Amino acid sequence: MALRIAIGSNQEKFMDQSSDAGRTAANYLYYRHTLPVRVMHWINVIALTILLMSGLNIFSAHPALYWGKSSYTGRPPILEIESATDASDKVTGITRIFGHEFITTGVLGASNGPNGNLVGRAFPSWLTIPDGRWLAMARQWHLFFAWIFVINGLCYVAYSIVSRHLARDLAPTGTELRSIRESVVDHLHFRHHSGEASKRYNVLQKLTYLIVIFVLLPLVILMGLAMSPGFDTLWPGWVDIFGGRQSARTIHFIVAWLLVAFVLIHVFEVLITGLWNNLRSMITGRYRVEAEVSK
Amino acid sequence: MNSHAFHPRRRLFFRTLAAAGAVLVAGCDKLSRTEWFPKLLSNTEILTRKAQRAILPRKSMAQEFPESERSPEFRSNGTAMPENPQYKALASSGFAAYGLEVGGLVEKPVIFSLEELRALPSRTQITRHDCVEGWSAIGKWKGVPLMAVLEAVRPSAAARYVVFHCADPMESDGSSPYYESIDMDDAYHPQTILAYELNDKALPIANGAPIRLRVERQLGYKHAKYVMRIELVDSFEKIAGGKGGYWEDQGYEWYAGI
Repeated sequence: MALRIAIGSNQEKFMDQSSDAGRTAANYLYYRHTLPVRVMHWINVIALTILLMSGLNIFSAHPALYWGKSSYTGRPPILEIESATDASDKVTGITRIFGHEFITTGVLGASNGPNGNLVGRAFPSWLTIPDGRWLAMARQWHLFFAWIFVINGLCYVAYSIVSRHLARDLAPTGTELRSIRESVVDHLHFRHHSGEASKRYNVLQKLTYLIVIFVLLPLVILMGLAMSPGFDTLWPGWVDIFGGRQSARTIHFIVAWLLVAFVLIHVFEVLITGLWNNLRSMITGRYRVEAEVSK
Repeated sequence: MNSHAFHPRRRLFFRTLAAAGAVLVAGCDKLSRTEWFPKLLSNTEILTRKAQRAILPRKSMAQEFPESERSPEFRSNGTAMPENPQYKALASSGFAAYGLEVGGLVEKPVIFSLEELRALPSRTQITRHDCVEGWSAIGKWKGVPLMAVLEAVRPSAAARYVVFHCADPMESDGSSPYYESIDMDDAYHPQTILAYELNDKALPIANGAPIRLRVERQLGYKHAKYVMRIELVDSFEKIAGGKGGYWEDQGYEWYAGI
């Protein structure tokens, strides 16, 4: 099938020459994502990737997480990534979670450095920006892209409200909410909407996007700000709502990985529901709607 | 189009993704080593400082804690004993011969002995120390508000920054003494103190004896230890690397409010 570049209004339909037998109507391209949404989506992809990778470099400067107002409360850290070097210069990576110790050589605590030899570091160099331990530079990357991410996010929320993207495309209807159970079963069986229904997000998708946009992303930003000694003075003690500054740092880390989990599931769903169709719809805006199979 | 047709494309997708990842990492590292890119990134510092100064009241206060929240031991980071013969000589006599020189753009330069600093009004605060590395410790500090010292020397109208010259050399050959600087907003902040006590005892050498700066709305590296001399300036461009502090000269932000 030749890709068609669709230029025109929302509802323009394009005949698909490759329509299979057994379909009652032709396939067509539907204008699914507006230009602002597409642009902001890809800015977010770049910003979140760099934020994660530079964040892991920053974490490596003190690879331990705590619960509470300070790191030195007399209680051990929740998570600790260490490297140990024995008498024969052999490097071992150790990860300690709630006091349970795991040998994680190769991934956490010790991994191959830029030169290919095993070095002690919390996260492997291919996962961090910059590749080596360089806190000052990692902070520059992180804080620059944090601004881009926040500005992009604010633009997105404003646009979504004004353009009714939020009300029209993201807010689930009552009927949809009552069908959550079926939607869960459908997802577990990798069954997805086709035809007209594929133009809209399904209810689990809507709820997931809403949780990411209005819970996880604001939380990761807020917990980042909670680590700022300047921002903490806005209302002295506000960070204690989240357990204190070190708890905020732990939440920041956990939410970052929840976002990674979201992205993995998101990309998985994109793959199984038609990689190129989804990718095209996020680049040109056009989504190919398969005509319904007649029964 | 059947689903098998996707497979080569799917493989292509993953290969493209892996290649994009490799290019991203390599590209970011190349960019980090250019001159222009870190300069572009560092504009964020101005934005952050302006945003924080716009949102926060000028005299916004850092959180203070009850005694029960104090860290059992206050961690020493960086220098624990300055490799400086003059400093060691001062320390061996319990800093009896110590004199804090306050000069530069002031009307009346003064050298304060420890006794004189202790005789000035004092402030005690239990605050959280946030290191740029990520850890925090809570300690109880007692010291003289910098404001009181500045009132004694009367800064001239041209003074814009307060520079702290320290006793600890940062290079093993004894060069590159630590230094830091803050602006007048922070200098006159009530919680900005020259601390001489930590947790009800004379400030230990590992934590910056005899005097260390506390500037509670910023990260730990701004809290200069082993302060020997205070200089008021209109610009710090001519001092050491010109960025206003030892770590700033290594690429860290001068405004360390985040």
